[in-house]
Amino acid sequence: MFLRFLAVLPFIGILLGIPFVNRVEPLVLGMPFVLAWIVLWVILISVIMGVIYRLDPTNRQTAVDTEETRS
Amino acid sequence: MSSALVIIAAVTVFALYLGLCAKRGHDMSLEQWTVGGRSFGTAFVFLLMAGEIYTTFTFLGGSGFAYGKGAPVYYILAYGSLAYILSYWMLPPIWRFAKAQRLVSQPHFFARKYDSPALGVLVALVGVAALIPYLVLQLKGLGIIVATTSYGAISSTSAVWIGAAVVTCYVIVSGVRGSAWNSVVKDTLILAVVLFLGIYLPIHYYGGFSDMFHAIDAAKPGFLTFPAKGSSVAWFQSTVLLTALGFFMWPHTFGSIFTAKDERIFRRNAMVLPLYQLILLFVFFVGFAAVLKVPGLKGGDIDLSLFRLSLQTFDPWFVGVIGGAGVLTALVPGSMILNSASTLLANDVYRGMLKRDATDAAVTKLARMLVPVVALVAVAFTLHGGETIVALLLMGYSFVTQLFPAMVCSLAPRNRATKQGAFCGILAGAAVVAVTTLMHLSMGQLFPFLPDAAKDVNIGFIALALNIIVFVVVSAVTQPRTSGQPQAHTHVH
Repeated sequence: MFLRFLAVLPFIGILLGIPFVNRVEPLVLGMPFVLAWIVLWVILISVIMGVIYRLDPTNRQTAVDTEETRS
Repeated sequence: MSSALVIIAAVTVFALYLGLCAKRGHDMSLEQWTVGGRSFGTAFVFLLMAGEIYTTFTFLGGSGFAYGKGAPVYYILAYGSLAYILSYWMLPPIWRFAKAQRLVSQPHFFARKYDSPALGVLVALVGVAALIPYLVLQLKGLGIIVATTSYGAISSTSAVWIGAAVVTCYVIVSGVRGSAWNSVVKDTLILAVVLFLGIYLPIHYYGGFSDMFHAIDAAKPGFLTFPAKGSSVAWFQSTVLLTALGFFMWPHTFGSIFTAKDERIFRRNAMVLPLYQLILLFVFFVGFAAVLKVPGLKGGDIDLSLFRLSLQTFDPWFVGVIGGAGVLTALVPGSMILNSASTLLANDVYRGMLKRDATDAAVTKLARMLVPVVALVAVAFTLHGGETIVALLLMGYSFVTQLFPAMVCSLAPRNRATKQGAFCGILAGAAVVAVTTLMHLSMGQLFPFLPDAAKDVNIGFIALALNIIVFVVVSAVTQPRTSGQPQAHTHVH
């Protein structure tokens, strides 16, 4: 359930957050604020999916196989 | 012969060579040809799925959209990333079912899940109707890229014929393997080119990113944020949500799910693919850099902004490299679409409707024979289609999104939806899409009493909403009377 909650955050951030950040200044890393906000969430999605991958028991059971296929 | 032309020709010949070589060591059975024998590892699946993002649409359209419209282009970055979150939970069960049932296409999936070949035929027809304009778009883009970067030495018409011939050859021979091998070259080249252009052009012309955006903001106030009306925040929210749902519903993307050799690949890719999306950011930067440097492009010409700016900045040989990368962004997705459309027609329309007992060998043979036919239809539309094709293209994404409700329900452990419900829902949704697109209707015209924000909501929601209502109601009415009757999903194990 916690994992699903994590996964919902980006939807909230991107879809519901956008009306509050729809401006140019201040520029972040040279980008308009609203663009930087979306970029931030894209990066956070990667981080969140990484955390989910780690915590998800489905992936732990098969960790041994993963090592085999990689080698 | 200019150096640009030599490089573009070399890239094209290499793509053909690689596409043909991809067959080596594999007999082309139906499963080999359509889904690579379900043997692809993380890298190939990653590239096939990412290949969907980096098409000519992103290369030309992404920069053109930034150039012509400004802020609304940000939506492209958002929807893919949200779709990848869904993919973590959605793709593994799709893959498991496909593997157990030895499925080769998206309509095949629907037909088995709902135990209805008729539903398979409908899904195939919706898919082909969405795919052909998409292929046309790739060929059109190819023509523009080659004509521009060869400095007019090769006409757009000849480029379209050559490009179509190349993909036809390697799709017939190698099937999806040809696309997979070429996607490696394509993504490497496009990554290098886009990163370079996106960093170099803003610095070269403006001194840096902040300076560029300040200059644009000063020259065109409001260009870098969502406007109050039209492509507003409400438009962004609704469009991102709709396209995120439709993202994996494209038949060729859905088909690439089947190529994976195990299901962990999808979960792992879900964390890397969003980062990979960020390359699009650099495509946007190119478009923004062009705003003040090659002003005045209007209408369809906005898509040329990347090349116009490159032509006035670089030597011919480098224009050739950009052109070569552009050619690959057309050929690789083009080959996946061609492969997919032929499979849909042979496996799901022919076997699903006309000849139920056709063997796998016969279906493979027919699918390969259909490749040049589909390619020719696409070429004809590209050269003589005119404006109708644009209307079809707008429908494409909305069409495939209509498959989402029936797909999601079919993944439930106990699917209460019926085949009649799925069939009617998809049909109703697709009909609404067709009517609203052809008549250029918007929410504001349909519901003039709504507040302004609601008027900007993507019209696709009407189709999806009606689809879901019909889906639920018809499913409720057609529930099987005897509870002991076997459901489609019990076939899984």
